[in-house]
Amino acid sequence: MEDTIAAVATAYGEGGIGIVRVSGEKAEEILKSIFVPSSGALEERRLTYGTVKDPETGDVIDECMAVFMKGPHTYTTEDVAEIDCHGSVVSLRNTLSLVIRMGARLAEKGEFTKRAFLGGRLDLSQAEAVMDLVSAKTDAGAEMALDQLEGRIGKETAPIREKLLDLLTEIAVNIDYPDEDIEEVTYEKLKKELSETSSMLEDLLASADAGRLIREGISCAIIGRPNVGKSSLMNALLRESRAIVTDIPGTTRDTIEEGINVRGIPVRLTDTAGIHDTDDKIEQIGIEKSRESFDRADLVILVIDGSEELQPEDTALVEKIRDRKTLILLNKRDLGYGIDKDRIKELTSGSDNIKIVETSMTEGTGVTEIEDAVEEYVMSGKVAQKESLLISNVRHIELLEDTLAAVKDACAAAEAGSALDFIEIDVRRAYQSLGEITGEAVSDDILKEVFSRFCLGK
Amino acid sequence: MSTETFLMGTYDVIVVGAGHAGCEAALACSRMGKRTVMFSINLEAVAMMACNPAIGGTGKGHLVREIDALGGEMGLVIDRTFIQSRMLNTAKGPAVHSLRAQADKSRYHADMKRVLEMQEGLDLKQGEVVDIIVEDGKACGVVLKTGSIYRAKAVILATGTFLAGKIFIGDSAYESGPNGMAPSVELAESLRKLGLPMRRFKTGTPARALAQSLDFSKMKEEKGDEKIVPFSFMNDDLEKDQVSCWLSYTNEETHRIIRENFHRSALFSGQIEGVGPRYCPSIEDKVNRFADRKRHQLFIEPEGLDTDEMYIQGMSSSLPEDVQEAFYKTIAGLENIQIARPAYAIEYDCIDPTDLNLNLENRHVENLFCAGQFNGSSGYEEAAAQGLMAGVNAVLKINGKEPFILDRSEAYIGVLIDDLVTKGTNEPYRIMTSRAEYRIVLRQDNADLRLTEKAYRLGLATEERYQRLLEKKKLVEQERKRLENTYALPGETDDFMRRVGGAPLKNKTSLADMMKRPEITYENLAEIDPDRPVLSDHVTTQMAVQIKYEGYISKQMQQIKRFQKLENQKLDPELEYSSIQGLRIEAAEKLSATKPLSVGQASRISGVSPADINVLLIYLEKERRSKKK
Repeated sequence: MEDTIAAVATAYGEGGIGIVRVSGEKAEEILKSIFVPSSGALEERRLTYGTVKDPETGDVIDECMAVFMKGPHTYTTEDVAEIDCHGSVVSLRNTLSLVIRMGARLAEKGEFTKRAFLGGRLDLSQAEAVMDLVSAKTDAGAEMALDQLEGRIGKETAPIREKLLDLLTEIAVNIDYPDEDIEEVTYEKLKKELSETSSMLEDLLASADAGRLIREGISCAIIGRPNVGKSSLMNALLRESRAIVTDIPGTTRDTIEEGINVRGIPVRLTDTAGIHDTDDKIEQIGIEKSRESFDRADLVILVIDGSEELQPEDTALVEKIRDRKTLILLNKRDLGYGIDKDRIKELTSGSDNIKIVETSMTEGTGVTEIEDAVEEYVMSGKVAQKESLLISNVRHIELLEDTLAAVKDACAAAEAGSALDFIEIDVRRAYQSLGEITGEAVSDDILKEVFSRFCLGK
Repeated sequence: MSTETFLMGTYDVIVVGAGHAGCEAALACSRMGKRTVMFSINLEAVAMMACNPAIGGTGKGHLVREIDALGGEMGLVIDRTFIQSRMLNTAKGPAVHSLRAQADKSRYHADMKRVLEMQEGLDLKQGEVVDIIVEDGKACGVVLKTGSIYRAKAVILATGTFLAGKIFIGDSAYESGPNGMAPSVELAESLRKLGLPMRRFKTGTPARALAQSLDFSKMKEEKGDEKIVPFSFMNDDLEKDQVSCWLSYTNEETHRIIRENFHRSALFSGQIEGVGPRYCPSIEDKVNRFADRKRHQLFIEPEGLDTDEMYIQGMSSSLPEDVQEAFYKTIAGLENIQIARPAYAIEYDCIDPTDLNLNLENRHVENLFCAGQFNGSSGYEEAAAQGLMAGVNAVLKINGKEPFILDRSEAYIGVLIDDLVTKGTNEPYRIMTSRAEYRIVLRQDNADLRLTEKAYRLGLATEERYQRLLEKKKLVEQERKRLENTYALPGETDDFMRRVGGAPLKNKTSLADMMKRPEITYENLAEIDPDRPVLSDHVTTQMAVQIKYEGYISKQMQQIKRFQKLENQKLDPELEYSSIQGLRIEAAEKLSATKPLSVGQASRISGVSPADINVLLIYLEKERRSKKK
C-alpha cells in the first residue's frame, strides 16, 4: 500500500466548514489518535461529533465532525478519514499539521484523484472532472464539475458524434463498395451536414468559453489616472485594506493582483498604476506593467473622478477602451458633480460594450452594479441559461477545438470538390477527437453502422 | 487413418493446405532457402477459387499489390490469367483506387500449380494430413492418412474451408470440403485435442449457371478498362482481349419466393451453428434484413474461357435446389437458367486468431504457424497475405531471427494481421480500406516503395525486382525534380488553362505546382510540357500522386509519427499484468492473454480502456524511473 496522504479537501478561506481528508493505511490510526468523540466510540462510516485534540499537549484545536471509512469502497479505494472542521482557516491548518505530525504526508495536488483513478474508481474524463472539482475555487465551478461527473459532456457530444458517424458510414460504403447499388454521397449533403456539425460544435465551445471563465475566473483591470480612487475601489471590492491608499498621486507603483469572488465567479482584479507620463524610472516600470494587464484583461474598469471636469488624460483613456468590454465608474459622487456626463456618453456612443455607473467608494455605493457587470460579462450570449452545459476542462476544450478545426477542414475540402476519401480523413479526425473526450473507441463503430444500414454482399 | 506409421521425409517446413495461403507460404519458405513440402487433399484444389472468379477489389487489391511487392506470387499469376480488369474508385482519391480482375479460374489454378511444381526446394504432394506431431510443446511434423510421417522444424496450417467442412443446401447437410472436395475431418479432431481454441465459421457461394441459358440482352454489360493496369510491379503494359460481366436485379417476385421459403433455408432452421460474415450475406439474409429494399443487384461473371459456367455474384444461398431454381428464374435474363452447380453454405473449423502472436505463430504450440481462413479471415487475398507472412516468419523462427512484422502504418497486411491477432474477429474477416488509419500513405501505387526493400533484405524479392524498384525510385525522383524546375509562364499558358477549365496563371509557376491544381493532371499537362521523357506508367503514376497529394501525405506522415510513439513503447511479453496496481482485472486478463508487444498494440485490445492504458503508462514510467535510480 502507498503511504498515507492528507490535505484540506475543500477550498480555502470560504464557507462555514472545511474538511481535512486523510487517505492511506494509517488513516484510522491517525484519526483515533487526535479525535475525541464527545460520547461513545467512533464507528466506521458514521459521522461522529467530537473534538480534535493534540495528543502531546492536550490542547483542543477545534470542535468537529469526523468519519472513518474502511477501503476499498471509498473515494481513493484506500482507508479514508475525514475531519469536518467548523472553525477558521487557522483551525483547519492546525488540524492538518497535526495530522501530518502524526504520520501522514501532505498530498500533492490531485493526488486523491490520482489514487481514485489508479484504484479503478474513475475513468479518465471523470478523473479530470474531479480534478476540476478539487481545484474549483468557487460554487459555480463546483457545480459544473459535478455536471461533468454525471456524464453531461458525453450526452452533449453524443448527437454530434452520431452525425459524424453517419457521414463516415456513408463515405465508407461509397469507398469500399463502389460496385454496390448504393446512393452516392453528394457534396451538397456533405456540406450541409458538416456545417450543421460545425455550428453545434461552436455552440458547445461558446459554453466552454464561459466554462473557462468560471473555472479560471475572469481578469479585470482597474485603470484611471492617478488619484481617482482605483485603490479605494479595489479595497471596497476586497472589503479589506490591502493596497496602500493615500491621496498622493502615483502611490500605487506596482500592479496588485487580488482574487475575489463575485457571485460565484472568481475574478482576478488588477489595480494598475495610473497610466500617465512620468520621468520616475520606477514609476515607468509600474506603468508598463499596467499597460500589460490592461491588454490582457477580460473586463476593464475605468475610474474617472466624477467630481472634477473631464481631463484630457481621461479622454485619452476613454478612447483606449472604446472597443473593450468596459465599466466606466464616475467616482467620488459624494463630492458632487463636476463632470459633464453627456460628454462621456458622446465619447462612448456607438459602443455597446461600455456601461457607465456612478459610484462613491467612500460611501460604498455602486458595488452592486460592478458585480452585475461581472456576472453579465461571464453569462452573456448563448450560455445565459443555467441548464446549458459549461465545459471547463482544458483538455476537453482542446479536443472540441480540434474537432471543430477538422470539421472546418472537411467543409473546405468538400467546398473545393476534393475526392471523398480526402474529406473522410478530416471527418474521421473530427470523430476521433470528439470520441477522445469520453475515451470511446472508434474503429468498430463505423463498420458496425456500415453493415447494419446497408445491404452489401457478394 | 492407418495404424502403421512410417517416416517418409524430413523437411524444414511443412505447409498443410495448398489454397491461396498455403501457396504463398510454401513459396516464401522455399524461396528463402528452406526445404519445404506442401500437402493438399487433392492437387486439383491447388489455388482453387472456390467462390468468386475475381482477384482484388477495394482493400483486397491493395493486399495483392503488397504481396507482389514482397515477392509473392498472386499478382504475377493473376496478371497472366485474368480475363477482365478494372480499376475501381477512379473518381475518388488515389489512396482508394483499387484494382480488380476477373480470373480464369482453371487457368489461375493451373498456372499457380505449375509455379509450385517448378519451384526449387519445394515439393507439392497430394495427401491428407490427419495429425500434427507436437513434442515438448513444439510442432515438428505431420502424419498423413496413409500412415506417412513427415518431420520438419515448423508446420504452417492453411486448411481453409476443408477443416471439418460441412455443406448446407436446404435441409440437406453433409460433410464436405469446398466445391465437392473431400473434407479434412480427422485433423480437426486432433487440433481440438491439442487444445487449440477452435470455433466454427460459415460462408457461402452462389449458383453457377450456363451462359447459353442466359439472355444477356436483358442485362447491362460491364466491360473491362481500356487501359489495363497490371497487378504486379514486374509487369508494364498488358494487352489482352477482355470478356464482359453482366448486371441484373432481383425483383419483388424473387423476394416473395425467398420469403415464402425462409423456413426451408438451413440458415433459419438453426442447423448452421457457424458465424457468417456481415458483408457477405446470402440472398435470403438480405431479403430478411432489408425487407424494404425493392431490388438487389447481381453480377453475372464468367468463370473462365474454357467453360460456359457463369458465377451469379450477389446471390449466395442455402435454400433447397427447387427454391433456388424458382427464384433465379424470376430475374431478368435468367428466366431459362440452367444451373450447373447449386448455391451452398459451408461451415468450417478455424482458430480464434487472438491465440496467435503477430508473427502468426501459435502462442501455445511453438513452431506452429497459421494462415488464411484457418485464422478467421475470408477472401483469397487476405489468405495469401497471411500465407506469405506465416512463411517468412516460420523461416525466421527456424533461423533464430527476429520476426518480420509490418505495423498498421506500413501495410494493409499489417492492418489485417494486427486486427486479427490483437482485436480478434467474430465473423470471417474481410479487409476494407476503412480499416486502415493511414490510407493516404498505404496506397496500391506505392506498395513496392513501402515493402520491396524489406523483402529483398529477407531474401524474398529477387534481384531483378529490387533493381526495378531502384530504377523506379530514381526515375520518379528525376521527373519530380524536372517538374519542379520547369516553369510555365502567364500569357503563354492562358489558352491551355482556359481549355482545362482553370484560372489563368498570375505568376511564373513550376509545372509541379501547377499539378497541385485540381483541373490539372500529369496527362493534360503534356500539352505545355513537350520535352518530357518517355516513362512507364508505374513511374508517372507514382510521381504524379506524390506531387499532387503532397500536403495530405505529409500530414499523414505526422500522424504516423505520433502513432509510432506508442508502437515504439515496447512491452515485455512476460509482463505480470495482474501485479500492476490500478489495472482493472478485466484489462489485466486481456493483456495477459494477448501479451502485446507494444503499448500501441495493447491499446487496440478490446476490453482495454484508455484509462487502463494510462495506468499502464504510469506503471512503465515508474519502472523506468526506479531502474534509473
